Amino acid sequence: MRYRSVLAVPALVSLALVAACSGGSSGGGPTAAASAPPTVTGTIQFWHFFTDREADVIQGVVDDFEKANPGVKVEVKSGQDDQKMRQAISAGQPIDVGLSYSTDQVGPLCSSGDFVDLTSFITRDKVDLDQIPQTVRDYTQFDGKRCTMPALADVYGLYYNKKLLQAAGYTQPPKTLAELSDMAVKLTTYNKDGSIKQLGFMPLLGYYENAEAHWAPSADAKWLNEDGTSAIGSSPGWPVLLQWQKDIVDRLGGYAKLAKFQAGLGEEFSAQNDFQTGRVAMNLDGEYRTAFIADQAKDLDYGTAPFPSAQGYESTYGGGYITGNIVGIGKGSKNPEAAWAFIKYLTTNTDAQVKLSNGLKNVPTMHDAIVSPQLEVSEQFKTFLDIFENEHSSTTPPSAIGAEYQTIFGTHTAKWQQGKVDDLSAMLKQVDDEIDAAVKLQGGS
Amino acid sequence: MASAIRRRRTVTAYLFCTPALLGMLVFFVFPLVMTVYYSFTSFDLSNAPRWNDFANWKFLFGQDPLIGKAALNTLWFVAILVPVRIAGAMLVAWALTRARRASGALRTVYYLPALVPPVASTIAFVFLLNPATGPVNRLLAAFGIHGPGWFTDPAWAKPALVLLGLWVLGDIMVIFLAALLDVPTEQYEAAELDGANGVQRFWYITLPNMAPVLVFALITGIIAALQYFTEPAVASATAMGKSSVGAGTSTLLGWPDESTLTYGQLLYSKAFGANLFGYASAMAVVLFVVAGLATAVLLRRFRSLTPEVAS
Repeated sequence: MRYRSVLAVPALVSLALVAACSGGSSGGGPTAAASAPPTVTGTIQFWHFFTDREADVIQGVVDDFEKANPGVKVEVKSGQDDQKMRQAISAGQPIDVGLSYSTDQVGPLCSSGDFVDLTSFITRDKVDLDQIPQTVRDYTQFDGKRCTMPALADVYGLYYNKKLLQAAGYTQPPKTLAELSDMAVKLTTYNKDGSIKQLGFMPLLGYYENAEAHWAPSADAKWLNEDGTSAIGSSPGWPVLLQWQKDIVDRLGGYAKLAKFQAGLGEEFSAQNDFQTGRVAMNLDGEYRTAFIADQAKDLDYGTAPFPSAQGYESTYGGGYITGNIVGIGKGSKNPEAAWAFIKYLTTNTDAQVKLSNGLKNVPTMHDAIVSPQLEVSEQFKTFLDIFENEHSSTTPPSAIGAEYQTIFGTHTAKWQQGKVDDLSAMLKQVDDEIDAAVKLQGGS
Repeated sequence: MASAIRRRRTVTAYLFCTPALLGMLVFFVFPLVMTVYYSFTSFDLSNAPRWNDFANWKFLFGQDPLIGKAALNTLWFVAILVPVRIAGAMLVAWALTRARRASGALRTVYYLPALVPPVASTIAFVFLLNPATGPVNRLLAAFGIHGPGWFTDPAWAKPALVLLGLWVLGDIMVIFLAALLDVPTEQYEAAELDGANGVQRFWYITLPNMAPVLVFALITGIIAALQYFTEPAVASATAMGKSSVGAGTSTLLGWPDESTLTYGQLLYSKAFGANLFGYASAMAVVLFVVAGLATAVLLRRFRSLTPEVAS
């Protein structure tokens, strides 16, 4: 009898664990008090992914917040990966404020309830969301639930080497993809063995920031329908973009030649970046590149412009791809009022936004910060502020399957750019089918 | 009386076993049971799992467009990487037993790469094998050989990872070395008197004596290859010029051209990239079953080679 009890110990522990860990519930979570407390107090835990110099910039804003709110102590956990943060929140750790680097996480974070709905706080404190462009408002909520606020944004545009363009007889960057192709061909030089020596523009997806998502605004290409299913096969923009890519790949000597050139690329965030070394004359990149160039290639004479538009979409010129950092309150927060006060400071206080932008060289998400005289704006950086507020700028929509829909599309475009796809329509249809199957599976059927 | 003593001893034995049993239950049995349960649910890590019958399993065996490629790549590593590493480690260990001078230093040199963290060794290898700027292709060019694209070429990415695996073979080499030095010399002397040549001595004396460590290396190697993740993931990211892996694992999967996409990477991507934890659990169950079957088959197949059975 006694030894049966001994055996029962581990079994009971196991059962208890099963019961305890069988998943929680997304219902509820902290909500705003009826009226905002006059002062906030207590300790909050703040997780973010920044490290080194960038973590110091964040710490500077945290210090300012603590100074303005002497009753609050912010415990900062820097260098935390998104997945790690999400696992910690899911496991019930009391993470009050979490800052994520990926808007692809908005869907999972909102739908799972890991980040709580901020609507009650926003409504109570009458936060003016009109300060934020619609695209950014869209990517920070999911399925009608605003569980995140935008902290800072990354904006993508075209970088061009002025010296190389002038040598080829150009004084202006391209405004259409056709012009980009012509200029890329003229700016490309070859070695004696036929290999590429200097490339005008690299059209292969996967090269640095060349991604379907970053090209999409050029042809107003759509990703998802309202119901979360794939819109790729029915969006006229995608065939336009992919046919343009095929054309420029052929004109530059074909996939194999470009792939060989790509194989010798320099690491993206090092001084060996191909654009910074002059190996490529024009490149798609984010606004943060201006900081890298200032640090690693001070003598580079370069300009920035919106990424060119596709044929038939010329009116969209000026827009570009936007993404950014998002911040929300973890479902296990023990001090949601202080957490919200910090998020509000981080995302809506003009001085905080300007300080973050000046330090990180990302685009502030509030209009007041963008027009602030304290914002350090170089000629090249100004381009990205304009793209950010352009009505034609767009982003990848949040989805319950995260970035899986982009991954699925990417597996097919990889074959397309190698010339392994004969029927583009059939390929896009298959992309739709695969994405819809994943969405359906995530939905529970 | 005797039965009371026996019962008390049994209780004592169980008491001593309880900490280990608890550990097994909490860290092995419980996750295993839960993984099997999740494989029949739609689960997003935060909300309670919703039962979805066999939807994950149907998707796994009929709809996932990448699962076949990932499984084949993984089996390639099991079939090529594991035997090549074992053969290489055996060769190096044998050569080291023959070293007359500086054997200690040589053993250290061959073992050292195994101490390098896999991320660091992979990044170093990608730079060494960079087709445009790496020293390996420059060296080959000096001999008039046009080097391959290595990690940037779908046909060469997997062989490049095998080369990396060979460089870090110190972990099994050191076990083989110990086993080789443990083979009784009188057996070799007797074989020599009987006129056995080198191959015969290796086949009839060395190999049977090393059977237990060979089986160990084979089983652990196969399990590791089935879970192969870090090296191909880092190689893909580094060869693409990206400095981070975790952030964009989903978009870097198996680059170039899914040639290095392994089962483990796909599983991770489905769980943490696509938010399909139920489906990833089904994949994990399959991986567990395959690894278990492989281990059982190998143990059964090589049972006769172990000294206990042979004697």
